[in-house]
Amino acid sequence: MTPKFLINASYFAVAVLFILGLKSMSSPVTARRGIVWAGVGMVIGTMVTFGWPGMDNYGLIMIALAIGGGSAWWSGRVVKVTNMPQMVAIYNGMGGGAAASIAAIKLASGEMHDPIVITLAVLGAVMGAVSFAGSCIAFSKLQGLINKTYRLPAQNVINAILNLLTFSVGIAIITSTNPAPLLIIALFALSLVLGIIITLPIGGADMPVVISLFNATTGLAVGFEGFVLANPALIIAGIVVGSAGTLLTQLMARAMNRSLVKILFNPITGEALTSGQGIIGSMKEVTPLDAAVMMRYARKVIIVPGYGMAVAQAQHKVWEMAKLLEEVGVEVKFAIHPVAGRMPGHMNVLLAEAGVPYDKIFDLEDINDEFPQADVALVIGANDVVNPVARVDKSSPIYGMPILDADKAQNVIVIKRGKGTGYSGIENALFYAENTQMLYGSAQQVMSSVIQHIKEMSS
Amino acid sequence: MEGFVALYIFMLAAFTGYEVISRVPVILHTPLMSGANFIHGAVLVGAMVALGQAQTSLEKTIGFIAVLLGAANAAGGYVVTERMLAMFKSGKNRP
Repeated sequence: MTPKFLINASYFAVAVLFILGLKSMSSPVTARRGIVWAGVGMVIGTMVTFGWPGMDNYGLIMIALAIGGGSAWWSGRVVKVTNMPQMVAIYNGMGGGAAASIAAIKLASGEMHDPIVITLAVLGAVMGAVSFAGSCIAFSKLQGLINKTYRLPAQNVINAILNLLTFSVGIAIITSTNPAPLLIIALFALSLVLGIIITLPIGGADMPVVISLFNATTGLAVGFEGFVLANPALIIAGIVVGSAGTLLTQLMARAMNRSLVKILFNPITGEALTSGQGIIGSMKEVTPLDAAVMMRYARKVIIVPGYGMAVAQAQHKVWEMAKLLEEVGVEVKFAIHPVAGRMPGHMNVLLAEAGVPYDKIFDLEDINDEFPQADVALVIGANDVVNPVARVDKSSPIYGMPILDADKAQNVIVIKRGKGTGYSGIENALFYAENTQMLYGSAQQVMSSVIQHIKEMSS
Repeated sequence: MEGFVALYIFMLAAFTGYEVISRVPVILHTPLMSGANFIHGAVLVGAMVALGQAQTSLEKTIGFIAVLLGAANAAGGYVVTERMLAMFKSGKNRP
């Protein structure tokens, strides 16, 4: 058996482990096993690659592995649960950067001659660089390093021109027998600018979809570079993630009733939102005591968590309160909008962390019919996903997005930090509704005092 | 690699990815995205080969960056996914 045979056999095993791992990760029962399998695959893949024939620079490889792997391992360990979405974004961007770098080496070396292989290398370079730059911007936005959405005048025209330029440079590289270094540099520079320009105008509400899109883009870039390197492990891992990520992106966009094209080229911005059509009434404020009484003597309470709960790390308090209510015979359910928080499933992860059982957590389709029978809908730091404007106001950018019908409950209590608008900057008609009471404060503190009041009533 | 073989691999891998994710509950969307993010960290393998075969100092520099970024993708992706999924041990409540 040659070393090459052993390596190829190992890569085959790696591909099987990756696919099985991803498959297992799509069910709650087997999910933890799944990531371990994929992890074993990654370790095997990395180890056998040291035996690749004709390899050199082992010292450099070890140093880069230690620095890159070590720092990411550490940052992944210490990051707060709330900040995980942006970490996914930044690690994803790094993968894109790695794919683009591989393309850069291969293009610069000039040892490729098959036009198909060069085309794949160029495609991988562009996608990897776009994903790298875009993910960095997405990370900065979610981390709060960039707070504003910048929208250039004639944004779409500039996008189109940049696309065209990148495309032309790509064609020039593919068709020339020995591309000038300047052309290759131009390709990467244009791709990086493109990634930045595409992502900057995109508002927070759409960010999950964009991160998922870049995840798929990186996957494809990795897959294409796999073809260039004739490395089946890269091809399988990259293309599987590329297609899975594309589907996930579509599912997310559909949940928000926004097409990908609209998200990328017609992002939600603050300007379109001044209409305020369909908003009547005024905001009414209540104290934590009032809220505690309303829920303590309710028959049924539906809790709608949002990003505000994540920021305040209030999930443990929320579950503590839910258990108290259940002890006195109140039926408590959690309603989760597909895009609540900053990523799909963000709220599920937080509630799972707090120990809320699955059977108390319901998706939009499963719970929406129950709101009219609920005595109280408790909205914790959620905004756009319960905004009734989405049902009526055709001029609103979120018009047509499916929402949780919290406004149909007998009473609505909204816990909110301040009087401002939500992440997308859209006025929320729910806050002004007749049956809505506002409870201002950080979710953590508010929940603590509500719990205190409920305990006093029960003892 | 033979052109058509590559095309077949592409097609089958694309269908596999589509099938794997098409039946996933919303509750696992974030961990699954993170897991997929980890799996394309396999780019590390390609980066290692690229650096291993690098000749000039320019190639070595870019290769070094590639391995650095690829390793970060793989390691960070694993840790974050593992932490997310650890929360699904659930059923028993924490204090």
